[in-house]
Amino acid sequence: MLTPLLVMYEDEVRRIQSVADRLQQDSRSRAVLVVDKNGQLIAASGSAAELDTTSLSSLVAGNVAATGGIAKLMEEDEFTGQFHEGKDASVHISLIGRRVILVALFDKNTTLGLVKLRVKKANVELEAILEDVAKKAETPQQNVFAEITDADIDNLFND
Amino acid sequence: MSFINYSSREINCKLVYYGPGLCGKTTNLQYIYNKTKPDAKGKMISLATETERTLFFDFLPLSLGEIRGFKTRFHLYTVPGQVFYDASRKLILKGVDGVCFVADSQMERMEANIESLENLRDNLTEQGYDLDKLPYVVQYNKRDLPSVVPVEELSEVLNSTRVPEFEGVATTGVGVFDTLKALAKQVLTELRKGG
Ligand SMILES: Nc1nc2c(ncn2[C@@H]2O[C@H](COP(=O)(O)OP(=O)(O)O)[C@@H](O)[C@H]2O)c(=O)[nH]1
Ligand SMILES: [Mg+2]
Repeated sequence: MLTPLLVMYEDEVRRIQSVADRLQQDSRSRAVLVVDKNGQLIAASGSAAELDTTSLSSLVAGNVAATGGIAKLMEEDEFTGQFHEGKDASVHISLIGRRVILVALFDKNTTLGLVKLRVKKANVELEAILEDVAKKAETPQQNVFAEITDADIDNLFND
Repeated sequence: MSFINYSSREINCKLVYYGPGLCGKTTNLQYIYNKTKPDAKGKMISLATETERTLFFDFLPLSLGEIRGFKTRFHLYTVPGQVFYDASRKLILKGVDGVCFVADSQMERMEANIESLENLRDNLTEQGYDLDKLPYVVQYNKRDLPSVVPVEELSEVLNSTRVPEFEGVATTGVGVFDTLKALAKQVLTELRKGG
C-alpha cells in the first residue's frame, strides 16, 4: 500500500544516493537519476549538474505514466523498462517497486547490455531501501509542519 | 501527494490546473512564468501540438521560499482540455495536492465548463480522491470578453461547495497570482494537519 504522504529521510536518501553513484560508475553511464513516480527527483549522480534534472524528472514520470496507461489498456501488468536510443545519447528507464523510476543516461562509452546488467543489480538494492522507506512511513514520525502558523504561510507570498 | 525530503530539506507539492479546452490554463502558467524571478522558477515545459493546443501537459516548477527551514517547491501542471484526452488527464491527476478549476466565463462555454467539472470529479474519484476534501479553488477566466456570464451565476453552477473563487483575465494577469496563492495556502495548511 502506498502512503499518502511520501516522506524521505536522510538515511534512505543517502543509501539511494550511494546506489545511484555506484550504478553510474559501474555502468559507465553519463548520469543516473532516481525519480519518484510523481516526478520528484530523489537522487542524481554523474554529470547531472549539467542537466535540467527538474524538467527531466517530470518528463520521465509523464512518460512512465503514459506507458503504464498503455500497459493497462493491453492488460499487461506494467512495462518495467524502456529504452530510447539517440545518435549520441541514449536513455534507459525502469520502474522499481512500482514507486520509483531509475533513469540511466549514457553514450558510446558503454553498451545497453552493461547498463541493463547493472540496473538489474541496482534494482534489487533499491527495492530493499524502498521497503525500509515504506516501513518508516508506517510508524508516525513527528510532523515538522504541525507547528507552522498562518503567518509563516503568508510570509511566503510577501513580495 | 506532497513529497517531503528531509535530506535536501525540501517540500514538493503538485498543483493541477483543470478546465475545458481553451479556457486559459496554459495562459495562467505562462503569465506566472513570465512574472517570476529567474531564480524562483525552472523551465516551463509544454507538450503541445503544432497548433499549440496542450497535448499531454504543461509543467512549471516554482520555488516560493522557505518555511521552517524547508524549501517549498510547487510543481504546476495543466491538463489537455479536449474531451478525447481523458486518459492523459487521469494520469496527470495522480499524486495531486491541489486543484484549480479554470472556467471559461463566456456564455457559449457554459456547457463545456459543466462537463469538465463533472469530468474532474469523476476522474478524482477514480483515483481515490474526493474533490471536497482536496485543496481546491475556482477561477472564472476571460472576464474581459463581452459575452460573459455574471459571476454570481457562474458561482451558482460551478462552485456549489463555495470554495475560494477568483475572477481572471489570464492574458493580462488579472487574478492569476491571487488564484495561485489561495491554492498554495490551502495545500500548506493541509500539510500542517499531517497530510
Ligand atoms: N480574451 C481573453 N483571452 C484569453 C484569456 N485567457 C486565455 N485567453 C486566450 O484563449 C486561448 C486559449 O488559451 P490557453 O491558455 O491555450 O487555453 P487552455 O486550453 O486552457 O490551455 C488563447 O488564445 C489565449 O490567448 C483571457 O482572460 N481573456
Ligand atoms: Mg493548454
